Amino acid sequence: MVIQKRFGLSLVALSCLALTACDHNDDDAPAPVPPADVSYSYEVTVQNMTQGQPLSPVGVALHDDVVMWEVGTPASTALEVLAEGGDNSDFTASEGVMASASGAGPIAPGSSETITVMVVNEPDTFISVATMLVNTNDAFAGITGHALGELEVNQSITMVLPVLDAGTEANSEVAGTIPGPADGGEGYNAERDDADLVSFHPGVVSAEDGLTMSVLTVAHRFDNPAVKLTITRVE
Amino acid sequence: MKLKQLTPLMVATGLTAMSGFAQAAELEVTVQNLTRGIYFTPILITAHSPDQQLFNVGEAASTELQAMAEGGDISGLETAVDALSADTVANPAGGLLMPTAATTTTLSTMDGNTALSIVAMMLPTNDGFIGLNSWMIPEEPGTYTVYLNAYDAGTEANDEIRGGGAPGAPGLPVPPPLEELVGTGGSGVTSEITNATVHIHPGNLGDNDTEAGMSDISNTVQRWLNPVAMVTVTVSE
Repeated sequence: MVIQKRFGLSLVALSCLALTACDHNDDDAPAPVPPADVSYSYEVTVQNMTQGQPLSPVGVALHDDVVMWEVGTPASTALEVLAEGGDNSDFTASEGVMASASGAGPIAPGSSETITVMVVNEPDTFISVATMLVNTNDAFAGITGHALGELEVNQSITMVLPVLDAGTEANSEVAGTIPGPADGGEGYNAERDDADLVSFHPGVVSAEDGLTMSVLTVAHRFDNPAVKLTITRVE
Repeated sequence: MKLKQLTPLMVATGLTAMSGFAQAAELEVTVQNLTRGIYFTPILITAHSPDQQLFNVGEAASTELQAMAEGGDISGLETAVDALSADTVANPAGGLLMPTAATTTTLSTMDGNTALSIVAMMLPTNDGFIGLNSWMIPEEPGTYTVYLNAYDAGTEANDEIRGGGAPGAPGLPVPPPLEELVGTGGSGVTSEITNATVHIHPGNLGDNDTEAGMSDISNTVQRWLNPVAMVTVTVSE
């Protein structure tokens, strides 16, 4: 859109040159009126569909046509911080982010939260949304690099999301490694002792299901999908 | 794959040739393994008449499907679909497709071959496989994404311990690198087949003992939740 505007401007300049005269008096010309700013505002609603996995405060970012993670590639440190510890601050401050927002707090199972994010004069942005399933080692759900340019005002898109594995921390489920209320353990840790590739999550095992050292119980098990996401353009 | 399905195939081909539908297409097909720790054996990608299926949920697997699901051997299925004038790519990844890896191939389809099927065994499992079952190839050019679930062929008990890949041989085949990634000494999860027809796989159970326990599968790495694969199909102009 920025490119289109520049192109339009250069056309005006060219047509003026072609006429050669352009015989207006600079002194009398009215001051050019800058185009009015256009806001693009989106409501992002995240519903927790799981049995017993609170979601960490949701991170929302608007940016250019890039993805902030990809199945089969190593997670960025910003994503690792989010997926291991539920802290979205690095994620929403990633390079190239034009606007961002954070959920007010964790979203309990069954609950939902609506977060608003807005940009000005940027009609063709891409959105990334991410949240940790906090009673896990490094499970998260989200979308990344989803184009918003086609969305009209009051139009919305809804999708359900699977659980992904950041691949940065082994899914040991042992005490001290899970930041959620099931454990109260450590969040982010710079060490990478897992596949170091983002994948779909294999699910939590739990003590009852044969992982003897696990602090998780059947209450923390989940299946896909885990999150319902609705994005509505409101302005 | 059954002989009785050959006759409808002939009829359907004749019809489509007359009606002008179901034209030849140029496809690019990408299969990505989405799992944390499951390997896919050689993949079979085949475009065929829509009245053919490689498998049907609720029906017993063919011997060719069994050989694929228990041992990763797609040669029988390949011969069967060749006999049906299908357009087929066998083993595009050139061996195992590792967790989260993707493989891309092109497929030219003939008139009438409007349904796409994709299968590959999942390792380590006894008879688990990824399945795309007679998916209608869109006529409109574009890029389409389909997520695949894991199926159980219903031909072998899911004992989850080392064994063979030949049809009827119990246990898991463990070719490299699975040899290093699968445990030993498991006593066996079960010796029963509870559903002898093709069904959605119940998932690996596994355990966290690499030298004993009931399973040789790791319960933290070699489990999965559906979907297990993403297929991206681009239909050319």
